[in-house]
Amino acid sequence: MRSLSRLLAITKKEVRQLSRDRLTFGMIVGIPVIQMLLFGYAINTDVRNLRTAVANQANTHLSRQFIAELRETQVVDIVEFVDSPATIDERLRMGQISVGVVIPVDFDRRVIDPDRPAVHLLVDGSDPTIANIALQLRNMPVRFDTRIASSRSTNIEVRPNYNPERRTPVNIIPGLMGVILTLTMMLFTAVAIVRERERGNLELLINTPVSSAELMVGKVLPYIVIGMIQLALILVVGDTLFQVPMRGSVLDLYLASGAFIAANLALGLVISTVAKTQFQAMQMTFFVLLPSILLSGFVFPFDGMPKFAQYLGEMLPVTHYIRLTRGIMLRDAGLMELYPELIALGVFTLVAMTLAALRFTKRLD
Amino acid sequence: MNSDYAIESRGLSKHFGTLKAVSELDLKVPRGQIYGFLGPNGSGKSTTIRMLCGLLTPTEGSATVLGTGVPGDSRLLKPKIGYMTQKFSLFADMTVFENLQFIAEIYSYDRAARADRINELLGKYDLTEQRKQLAGTMSGGQKQRLALACAVLHRPELLLLDEPTSAVDPQSRRDFWANLFRLAEAGTTILVSTHYMDEAERCHRLAILDRGIKVADGTPQELQASTGMHIVEVTAGDPYHAQEALDCAEHIASVTQLGVRLRVLIPDQFAEPVALVQRHLGKHGVTADVRLTPASLEDVFVAVTMSPEERAV
Repeated sequence: MRSLSRLLAITKKEVRQLSRDRLTFGMIVGIPVIQMLLFGYAINTDVRNLRTAVANQANTHLSRQFIAELRETQVVDIVEFVDSPATIDERLRMGQISVGVVIPVDFDRRVIDPDRPAVHLLVDGSDPTIANIALQLRNMPVRFDTRIASSRSTNIEVRPNYNPERRTPVNIIPGLMGVILTLTMMLFTAVAIVRERERGNLELLINTPVSSAELMVGKVLPYIVIGMIQLALILVVGDTLFQVPMRGSVLDLYLASGAFIAANLALGLVISTVAKTQFQAMQMTFFVLLPSILLSGFVFPFDGMPKFAQYLGEMLPVTHYIRLTRGIMLRDAGLMELYPELIALGVFTLVAMTLAALRFTKRLD
Repeated sequence: MNSDYAIESRGLSKHFGTLKAVSELDLKVPRGQIYGFLGPNGSGKSTTIRMLCGLLTPTEGSATVLGTGVPGDSRLLKPKIGYMTQKFSLFADMTVFENLQFIAEIYSYDRAARADRINELLGKYDLTEQRKQLAGTMSGGQKQRLALACAVLHRPELLLLDEPTSAVDPQSRRDFWANLFRLAEAGTTILVSTHYMDEAERCHRLAILDRGIKVADGTPQELQASTGMHIVEVTAGDPYHAQEALDCAEHIASVTQLGVRLRVLIPDQFAEPVALVQRHLGKHGVTADVRLTPASLEDVFVAVTMSPEERAV
């Protein structure tokens, strides 16, 4: 009983200090909302209006018609007509255009010849997204020789299940939940403990009857609630501004989030036992955050990554959480159907908590 | 079990790498007394206190603190000791009352008596007016009184105070010591580290530490009586020249200037110290008033921290 009352004393103190720290308090609301707005509105993988130059060497009726059709796709925005392919190369190199279209003199004949490409498409391959656009253009009625892929056109119909309009926010926001919670949960816990060490509070606390476990759990408890509040905030903003569907059960989502928050808090505790200053704690948080964004399947498709990167990604809690949120929110999957991800989060939490408890001793040496 | 000593240590040592912060320290701190640790910065005072309350593990040796072994299960010890850190370690963003309340909760202080105890402490340590003030906005003296109030809230048998007065003004220091005497009278054993001589003089007993080694211990009177030095006070119109005349002179172990006066330490195997000093001054044509005085604690400190070469002059 004494143990519980000590734990609650720590929690009460933490909440009291938190309520006086306006900046941190603002971050609890600010980070999710601002990130949602930024990512939701700014990130758009459905690219349009690429700056394009055209060298129409054929200048026939058919070639002009082709250019008009090209315009209609809205993928390209023709900003210039040039004389020679050399000029297109130059414009590309200088970064003035992203796509160059070269229509050869014998365009009309090439169109009817199945063995020869009718049009050359030059693409700025330094931007991977733009390079992918070339594939969209291949579906045009004439055949292209892109520098990227073979030009075999196919007639496969793609049906984007779960996101028929292909709106980016629908894909982004379930993943963004994971990234936001990773950032705030890990940072808040790590900093909360390191700050006390920096200010000398910890030296006082470890000389009292408070045990390590009471101290750690007591400090972490308020942040679980904060995590849940952030989650609610993300869901409300996602629904009202971006119409992100919630096809599965909200309870399932909260249960999954509970497991994920626990994993991040445990990781934050591990960081707090290693970092000596708040600055170090921050650096270590970003050390974890970066792969959480890049290797988790949030930005790039997980299956497309090299095996090694996939193994790294599997070790991050956010990878499993993103699978859970996308499953529950977009595909109406039940929590139990996604149990491997839950197990992964549980194992991670267990390992991290053990590590933190071993490292956090009530000693200074 | 119920020994006369609150703390007994045997050969207590702490090494950080090659640095010997504390070497083979033997201590006996009687119950109900104020025991001082006197020494310059880096002499091992804080390290010793941290070992005694279980914050640091001794490299060698052991101690018994209130019947509990060190190193050992320090959990048994925590409720019985109060610890005041060198740096203010309470919560700056909580009020005085909230800090005391938090400490009371942490020590599971009897719930019914909690409010009374906090009010009693606020009154005793002159903090009633600051009760709703954030601890971080208080003066050095007020912070220190709050720290002491928090350290004694759970009525510990032993108080460990690590340089408690290093950041406060002289008046606050006097008041602080008055509080310590009250606590000692009520039966609390107090171990306090300091580098102020006047504070050391107030202790019932003290140990002088120098580079991790205990160089002397006893009551202030015992220490003053056993310096092994004659203390000669020289009052000169031109103390600078007088110091020059004596600095490297034969048989003189140390010269310290205090305003217009010089304190000269001469090992007591040499007789006629006054005549000796006058002879040296005469050689340089300096006239001064020279007389023998009893040793102050500062003289003791200078004498015991002297290297053997300095001693054998």
